[in-house]
Amino acid sequence: MSESNSRPSILVNGQISEDAWRSVDDESPVPSEGDVIVSLARWQRDRPELGDRLGRTAVRLDPEHSGRELADAFDALDMIVVDFPKFTDGRGYTIARRLREQLGWRKALRAQGDVLPDQVFFMQRCGFDVLALRADKSLETAQRALSAFSVSYQGAADDPRPLYRRRPEGVVRSARAS
Amino acid sequence: MYRYDEHDATIIRERVAQFHDQVARRLSGEISENEFKPLRLQNGLYMQLHAYMLRVAVPYGWLSSAQLHRLAHVARTWDKGYGHLSTRQNVQYNWPALEDVPKILAALAEVEMHAVQTSGNCIRNTTSDHFAGVAREELEDPRPYCELIRQWSTFHPEFAALPRKFKIAVTGSPRDRAAVQIHDIGIRIVENEAGERGFEILVGGGLGRTPRIARSIRDFLPKADLLSYLEAILRVYNEQGRRDNKYKARIKILVDALGVDAFREAVEAEWAEIKDGAMKLTDEELARVAKHFEPPAYESLEGGDALLAGKKLSPNRRFAAWLESNVEPHKVPGYAAVVITVKSPGRPPGDITADHMDAVAELAERFGFGEIVITHRQNLCIPDVRIDQLEALWAELDALALGEANYFRATDIIACPGLDYCSLANARSIPVAQRLTERLHKLERLEGVGELTINISGCINACGHHHVGNIGVLGIDKQGEEFYQLMLGGSSAEDASLGKILGPAIPSDEIVDAVDRVLDAYLSLRNDGERFLDCVRRVGTRSFKERVYV
Ligand code: SF4
Repeated sequence: MSESNSRPSILVNGQISEDAWRSVDDESPVPSEGDVIVSLARWQRDRPELGDRLGRTAVRLDPEHSGRELADAFDALDMIVVDFPKFTDGRGYTIARRLREQLGWRKALRAQGDVLPDQVFFMQRCGFDVLALRADKSLETAQRALSAFSVSYQGAADDPRPLYRRRPEGVVRSARAS
Repeated sequence: MYRYDEHDATIIRERVAQFHDQVARRLSGEISENEFKPLRLQNGLYMQLHAYMLRVAVPYGWLSSAQLHRLAHVARTWDKGYGHLSTRQNVQYNWPALEDVPKILAALAEVEMHAVQTSGNCIRNTTSDHFAGVAREELEDPRPYCELIRQWSTFHPEFAALPRKFKIAVTGSPRDRAAVQIHDIGIRIVENEAGERGFEILVGGGLGRTPRIARSIRDFLPKADLLSYLEAILRVYNEQGRRDNKYKARIKILVDALGVDAFREAVEAEWAEIKDGAMKLTDEELARVAKHFEPPAYESLEGGDALLAGKKLSPNRRFAAWLESNVEPHKVPGYAAVVITVKSPGRPPGDITADHMDAVAELAERFGFGEIVITHRQNLCIPDVRIDQLEALWAELDALALGEANYFRATDIIACPGLDYCSLANARSIPVAQRLTERLHKLERLEGVGELTINISGCINACGHHHVGNIGVLGIDKQGEEFYQLMLGGSSAEDASLGKILGPAIPSDEIVDAVDRVLDAYLSLRNDGERFLDCVRRVGTRSFKERVYV
């Protein structure tokens, strides 16, 4: 990827916001100011300099990564990006849940690449709070799609409890039992 | 059976609205066909040779009479007056128009039905034993676990874009009618040495181009851990399954590549991280779901097995044969489970008319508890019929031309859509099934041969499960001519095995004679009381080959 694919608008926690982030490829110099996204390979190569910047720094993971590669870098990073080269490749959902639920990443988690409105509901459930939609896609449609369902059966990054641990009836029943 | 609560109803209502919106955006061009494809597939909408096919989910095959009436209504209103029972216990419509699909889904939602995840690269509808809850030898009713899996897998946010489709089957009986060993995950309810109930977990079964019998990765999984363990398996598959070649993307290929031990270790490592988390099933939840499957109000009846044995002596030979083949012992004395085969001369296997759906729904009200089950072999079952009413039921079925005595007999054929409907086919399947049925449907022949399964696929993708038919028939293309390969000795039951190729492929106009000769060979080779499958296993395919290729 060359200098930036930076897009004017993204969804941040469901709100349309300006995209301050810019992607820097593995060979170009990284400016010390501004918010930049670098690849995992770049991060692993240039970690000392990248950790010393004035601006914010994010690392991009690809589908073949697991998320564990960054487990020791959480303090140094401001955002983690997961790339979806094809929307039919669902590995990024697993990476997101692992980062959120098992490794404990609390800061921003961004989905980018082939991100389409009909996938954002699941992305949000897996822990993505920043959604950089594919450039030709409508942010408004995506915004609506975030609330496609008001109930979910499973727990995920948004709420680890499956429906059976959220049911008021269930709570009442166990309260009675005790 | 399971009844929706407000949450289930909300989810399905919101799904209808979501798909309505997606179809509108497709029709307006906002979404490309490429982007729409996984969306429509996960709503059961599949593109066939001539038209869309809509596959409606029937969770583990279980229907109420009201639901079956509604399926009849859909067939009449939006299709050509019939539907199709699938090998995964669902119902398919072959001719719906895209713009009608949201209306069909809305009509289904009114009776707690949907088409969620019946196609596409996601976790499909879970299948099970059609005698669940009534089979005499059953250890425990598998349906509550199927329902738990249904809920867990429905719109699972992490597993909506898997490398390939993913199928799970559960049996609670040592006799496997759910073909669990040819599923991506097969689950058996078992008891450990301490007398506790739990699950044995098998993975990596499947047919297609690389047929595999599933391998066990866990002898005993405590009940409370069911969903977290499945989640761990799916996670390993989602991350490591191949995505570069759709024919190598199923979990069986991953299990082959890693080896079953390494695969198990990967699953156990993932599972260790989540097993004690919020997914652990609570006693309340297990009890809440099990309550939906409590036995109906059986009467206490006299006579039981003796009564059934007596009826088999009936002078009406067709009725007696039907009792022998289509009626299964029940765990409650005085009751039996009845299979209604929809296969008889002139009908494509699995097709059922709207009138027949209505008629069976009504018979299930009168003779059963208003419940009907779709079987893996594409028939219908009324699970609870009083033995003293079997004759009256049979008379009504017979009047409807649904009284055929051929469950697990030579004409109870599974056939894929084949060249008539499928763009991938090499040869036709349905006409071969019909010609075989024409030849073999005489009662003497069916009774003489006894238990036998014939499965037909129109190409190596094996949708007709030819590898696991006692006789498998595979369509191949030889310079534009339809030929068929015969395989013998397959089974999808507890003694699962893959059939062996008998000899050179046979031209279409000779295939029926060849199958007939296979049956003659069996009759001359068998020991007393020996099933076809056991005979093939004992004598080997060579003895058959000598008698078939003459
Ligand atoms: S087995 Fe082949 S011909 Fe038959 S339905 Fe499947 S893909 Fe089509």
